[in-house]
This record gives sequence, structure tokens and C-alpha cells, in this order.
Amino acid sequence: MNSFARSIASTLALACALLAGCATTQSRVDPFEPWNRAMYQVHEAVDGAVIKPIAEGYVRSAPEPVRTSVSNFFGNIDDLFSGINHVLQGKKERAGDDFGRVLLNSTFGIAGLFDPASEMGITKDKTDFGITFGKWGAPQGPYIFVPLFGPTTVRDGTGWLVRIYASPIGYIDDVRLRNSLYGLNYLDTRAQLLSAEGVLEAAALDKYRYLRNAYLRSRRYQVYDGKPPPEDEEE
Amino acid sequence: MICRWMALLFAASLALTAQAQEAPDALVKRVAEDVLQTIRGDKDLQAGNQAKVKQLIESKLAPNFDFTRMTALAMGKNWRSATPEQQKMLTDEFRTLLVRTYSGALSNYRDNTMDYAPLRMNAGDTDVIVRTSVRRPGQAPVQIDYSMAKTPDGWKAYDVIVAGVSLVTNYRDEFNDEIKRSGVDGLIKKLTDKNKGPTPK
Repeated sequence: MNSFARSIASTLALACALLAGCATTQSRVDPFEPWNRAMYQVHEAVDGAVIKPIAEGYVRSAPEPVRTSVSNFFGNIDDLFSGINHVLQGKKERAGDDFGRVLLNSTFGIAGLFDPASEMGITKDKTDFGITFGKWGAPQGPYIFVPLFGPTTVRDGTGWLVRIYASPIGYIDDVRLRNSLYGLNYLDTRAQLLSAEGVLEAAALDKYRYLRNAYLRSRRYQVYDGKPPPEDEEE
Repeated sequence: MICRWMALLFAASLALTAQAQEAPDALVKRVAEDVLQTIRGDKDLQAGNQAKVKQLIESKLAPNFDFTRMTALAMGKNWRSATPEQQKMLTDEFRTLLVRTYSGALSNYRDNTMDYAPLRMNAGDTDVIVRTSVRRPGQAPVQIDYSMAKTPDGWKAYDVIVAGVSLVTNYRDEFNDEIKRSGVDGLIKKLTDKNKGPTPK
């Protein structure tokens, strides 16, 4: 190792030690905890100053039916991908429901703005590429906190990139329309998280930790279809 | 007069026995529907009036939970290393924390409807999981499971698992670390400080 690399390494080590601060325990699931914690702080600062106020303004000013239709529109695209993933997971019947939803909601629901499928009793069931990879046996890999996007893992993040790459919105030629849709999609997602965020705020002693535990457990629960094997006692 | 009084007493005792023998899934259903009805019929609750929400939780929900057991579960093996006084303080603080968490979330439940999965339970079981799922318009249902144990006062919930996330054991490694760092008293202080903080919206 040359001296430059060594000095970088030692700077990094020092930065890690400083960032780690009170959190001294390193865990298998979160080997980059110091880095992730720093990213979480960046996230809290930027989100709190810019994004969250916009999301709150959106909830205040846009009437509920409008917001519901926005959620339905993007939810319809989600359903399409849930269907694809249910196929990949070998759940044909569930996939049939998903595709049925997309068909009904895209036509009678006017391009997905309304959700007549739910009213007909075809319920939604979300899944994604990260869960599919997990079912195929891919390990989740280290936990990563991405500012402005939230908690993920190497596996889930990969799934998420696949999804972005394949999303129909990406195939829209008009750049302004495409970017507006991306923006609206983001806003809709963020607005939906406002109430869950209140719970996190109320419940957590250490928000970073609480969120990480909750994220990893809920993903695990989905990979095992709601019946996860007992976890080995941590430590 | 006395006759009527006796009849009332009789009815009351009947109601009490019914309650004690109520099956765990029936209990969950009764309480959940009762709470949902109350929220739907009360504008203050929907608007998130904290005093009223808290009163609703204390009167209808809290009596059905075993907070001591919940605290012990969140503490894991550290529970036994705490003195009885510490255990009492921990339970009080953890109870406050959970009630506050619920208070913030409850007013969002107005549009929810619940589905109850049939209970799988053998005669003589004293520990069961009651599975429910919450439906919200236009969204995927959320699974909520209640771990319940039979106690002398009827069935009590000791864990709530929302979409695979236990509201109790999600704290375990945090509690562990805090105890390692500053002992059981450190954890008590941390919980007390948290509860003294502003009520989150």
C-alpha cells in the first residue's frame, strides 16, 4: 500500500470512528453503519428542509380525490410490475389478479386514475424485484441508506434499478412530460410516507436503528411470504 | 327496587364471565371494531385530538395488553438483570412510549376495514397468534398479527406485528446497546427523556 492510499485509509478510518460516535457495535447486516448514519443525517437535513415541506404542501393543497388518482395512476404501474414479479416467483394466480387489475384499471379506470378493480374485490398485492431475487436465494447483502430514497440493501437496490430501467415512464420521449411524471411519482410516494414517518418519530429512540430494523424485518417477512423462520438471537 | 338491582348485578357478572371466557380472536375483533366505530363516529378523533385519542386508547385498547410481558420481550435476556423496581419503571415508560406511538397513528385509521383470519387454536392452548389484515382504499392490505397469551384476567396481547415488524422486538437491539453502554438505569433515563419530549404529531 503506498503512502497516499494509506493516508486515505487512515482518514476514512478516522472519519468512521468519528461518525460512529455513540454507535460502536458493528453488525453483519449493516457493515457500513457509520457511512449510512452520515447519509441518514444528510437525508434528514435535505428532506426536512425541502422535500417534506413540499410533500406537506401537496397534501394540504391538492384535494383528496386528486391525490388518490395520482396514487392510483402510479399504483397501476406498480401492479404491472407486481404481476411480472409474481410470475417470476411462480405465483401464477396472484399474477393473474395483478394483470387483471392493470387491464381493468387502465381501461375502465381511465389509464389507472381510478381503481375499479379494488371495488370489484380484486385486491392489490405489492411485490418487487428485490423480493423475487430474495426468493431465488440471493443474499440481501449489506444495508444501504440512500439519501432521498431511503433504506435499501444491495439486493433490493439492484431490483430497484431493474425497475427504473424497465419502467414505462422511461420510454416516454417528451423529456418534460417524462421528468414531470418522475417528479410527481416521487412526490406521491413521499406524501404517502408522511403518516408512517409520524410513527417513526413517535416510536424510535434511535430513528436510524428503528428504521433499519423495521425495513429489514418487513423485507424478510415478504421474502418468506409472511412466515419467516425465527431469527437467531442477535449478537 | 332490590330486584332490579339484583338483576343488574346478575347481568354484570354474566358480562364479566363472558369477557373472561371470550376467545382471543373474538376479543381482537370486538375491540378493533369498537375502536374503528368510535373513530368513524367522532370528528375530533379523526382530526387527531390527542386528549381524546389518548382516552380512547386507555379505555378500550390498553386494558387488553400485557405491558409487563411486552417490556420483558423487548428487553430480552436483560430483563432478568433488572431489579423489580427497575422492571416496574421500565414497564411504565415503555407503556407510555407505546401509547404515544399509537396515539399518533390512530386517527389515520378512519377509512380502514379489517379482515380476520380464522384462528388456528387447539383446546388448552394458552398462547396464540391472531391474524388480521387491514384494508385501505386503493392500497395493498397490511398484515397485523397479535401474539396473545391467556392470563387470569382473560387473553392479553403481548406483541403486535405489523407487516412482519414487531412493535416490541424492534426495540431489542437498541435496548441491548443502551444497557451495554449505560446500564438499565441508562435505558430508563433514555425512555423517560423520550417520553418527556414533545408529543409528535
